[in-house]
Amino acid sequence: MAEAQTAGMQVAELAIARRVPAAPRLGGSFVAAPLALLLMTFFYPLALILRQALGGDEEPWSLRHFAEVVGSRLFLDGLYHTIVIALSATAGCLVLGFCLSLIIAFIPFPGAKLLSRLIDTFIALPTFLVALAFTFIYGSAGLLNQSLMQLLHLDLPPIDFLYSQWGVILSEITVYTPFVMRPLLASFSLIEPAQIEVASSLGARPLRIVRQIILPAALPALVAGGSLCLLLTVNEFGIVLFIGAKDVITLPLLVYGKAIQEFDYTTACVIAVVNIALSLGLYGLYRLAVAYFGGRRAGLV
Amino acid sequence: MTMVEAMPALAAAAQPSAGVGGSGIGFEDVSVAYGGLVVLDALTLAIKPGEIVALIGPSGSGKTTALRAVAGFVRPTRGRITIGDRDVTDIAPYARDIGMVVQNYALFPHMRAEDNVAFGLRARRAAEDVIRERVPECLRLVGMAAYAKRYPRELSGGQQQRVAIARALAIRPQVLLLDEPLSALDAQIRRSMLDELAKLHRDLPSLTVLYVTHDQTEALTLADHIGIMRDGRLVAYGDAQSLYRDPPNRFSAEFLGRANILPATSLQSGADGLARVRFGDGVLSGRNHHGLPEGGDCLVCVRPHDLRLEKGEASANSLSGVVRSVQWQGDLHSIALDVQGHLLRLASTPLADPPAPGATLTLHFDPTKVTFLPGDAPNG
Repeated sequence: MAEAQTAGMQVAELAIARRVPAAPRLGGSFVAAPLALLLMTFFYPLALILRQALGGDEEPWSLRHFAEVVGSRLFLDGLYHTIVIALSATAGCLVLGFCLSLIIAFIPFPGAKLLSRLIDTFIALPTFLVALAFTFIYGSAGLLNQSLMQLLHLDLPPIDFLYSQWGVILSEITVYTPFVMRPLLASFSLIEPAQIEVASSLGARPLRIVRQIILPAALPALVAGGSLCLLLTVNEFGIVLFIGAKDVITLPLLVYGKAIQEFDYTTACVIAVVNIALSLGLYGLYRLAVAYFGGRRAGLV
Repeated sequence: MTMVEAMPALAAAAQPSAGVGGSGIGFEDVSVAYGGLVVLDALTLAIKPGEIVALIGPSGSGKTTALRAVAGFVRPTRGRITIGDRDVTDIAPYARDIGMVVQNYALFPHMRAEDNVAFGLRARRAAEDVIRERVPECLRLVGMAAYAKRYPRELSGGQQQRVAIARALAIRPQVLLLDEPLSALDAQIRRSMLDELAKLHRDLPSLTVLYVTHDQTEALTLADHIGIMRDGRLVAYGDAQSLYRDPPNRFSAEFLGRANILPATSLQSGADGLARVRFGDGVLSGRNHHGLPEGGDCLVCVRPHDLRLEKGEASANSLSGVVRSVQWQGDLHSIALDVQGHLLRLASTPLADPPAPGATLTLHFDPTKVTFLPGDAPNG
């Protein structure tokens, strides 16, 4: 979560499209030690995962395991759920984050500043906490279901979405919306109020102002925040595991199941490699978006 | 007697605005307060169609609040605002039919100049052929036709301001609100833009303009009428020349142009239409334009450029003073003199042999250029 918070801060910086002067070049000896540490702690384990996925020590390296795993029903289900959940949660985060940021930034109300500070705090909380809170509210024995059952004299809980794909999506939206809001609020703070007033005096109604003035100015922040959300939701593990939704298997959960529960390390490593490739691909897109909006079009916003 | 009743021009401006018709702007007893703090206090003003009225005053005087109330960005706590015959007090800004230009231009950065100008027309769902015709027309009007495809970041400050004006005019508003439109420009471009604005109004004589500025030169150059604001109140209103020549109070005299103010006593009317007052040991003549009561105290107001070093008419007033400083300002010499403990400034065409500090000089001034003002009061 701390990494995600750091990434969120980077996105906020990107949104205001500032170029930080490059740090002075350090000598090779200063670079060697951290590079060695990085190789040992990050790239070496990654290489081990890749080697295991390709067959490990016991057989010649091949793509045989990849072909088997990638063609399996379980993997395809996992990939499908991962992508659907990530895309839906990201879309939800973008819509909710944009609306909430609009309200906080442009509709004055007492406590707006406090609310935006609370959103910052939210980023620091562990993801499973939201899933836990949701079980208390929307779970079978949760507050909402118990109240409705008593009120409507029902035998069974009427609300039953939490232990489904929708429960996971809703939890992820709740957790990751602040990651969209932070860069958005930074971007909104740079819009001159006079632009909105002039647009209004020219005859533009609020919706047109949002569409034609605010949205274009916020586009880099939306792209950056959305990309980050997508990246984080693709790899989300805690929420999916904690909710334990029936028949909702994602790639990270599949890796966990194969490695920890079934001791099938080769399959786990194949899935992990695909997951890493997916993440790196998304990260590449994110960097492209950063370069596009943070560089060439920075002057437009 | 209230301030409004005391000043004929202010009283005339304070007539109810129902009769302004056309595209005039009316303020009827308009007050604006933020959390109990009154920032605009009972403003009553009628701006006729086609007039340029400048509101000037120091920061926090309420001039921008008055403009924003017309635009609909602040809601009056009391009173009503009319545009033409329409009460717009409770109408949303987008339905008020106004054009607005602000200090920092507020062009939409992601739109080209032509799209900025077309914005208002599109917001009003104008037909595409109307937009195609009017956008180049407005850009031509402000001399920006060649820059239609440029983004705001590719334009200079003066060019951006021209596009902002074209954008405001494209919707053919009844009223144009200009909120310190030249403040962000350098002196040379500001002078050129002032000429452009004056020309623009000659081309569009029916356009009513409310111009807010703290720059007296802009107000004197452009405005038909000037309103001087202080602490949320309109303390003077009149046509530019008479307000400059006969300011109604000390604050107006000192804010609109430079003024020498001297305290005087025992005002007496004379048979020659002039009044006389005692200043120190001597007597000064001037105009009692404001009908100040006989025998009372008052202030003598004379502009620096109305003081002369050479002796003029026989009836001219004379005062002796010691030169404190001499400043050459290119097109004039500014001389500060100590006259009986009061500092007077004289503005003269460049002198071949300017006096040295410490020299004693005799100043002369024409009584018809002297105005007697009421003594100091909280509102000027």
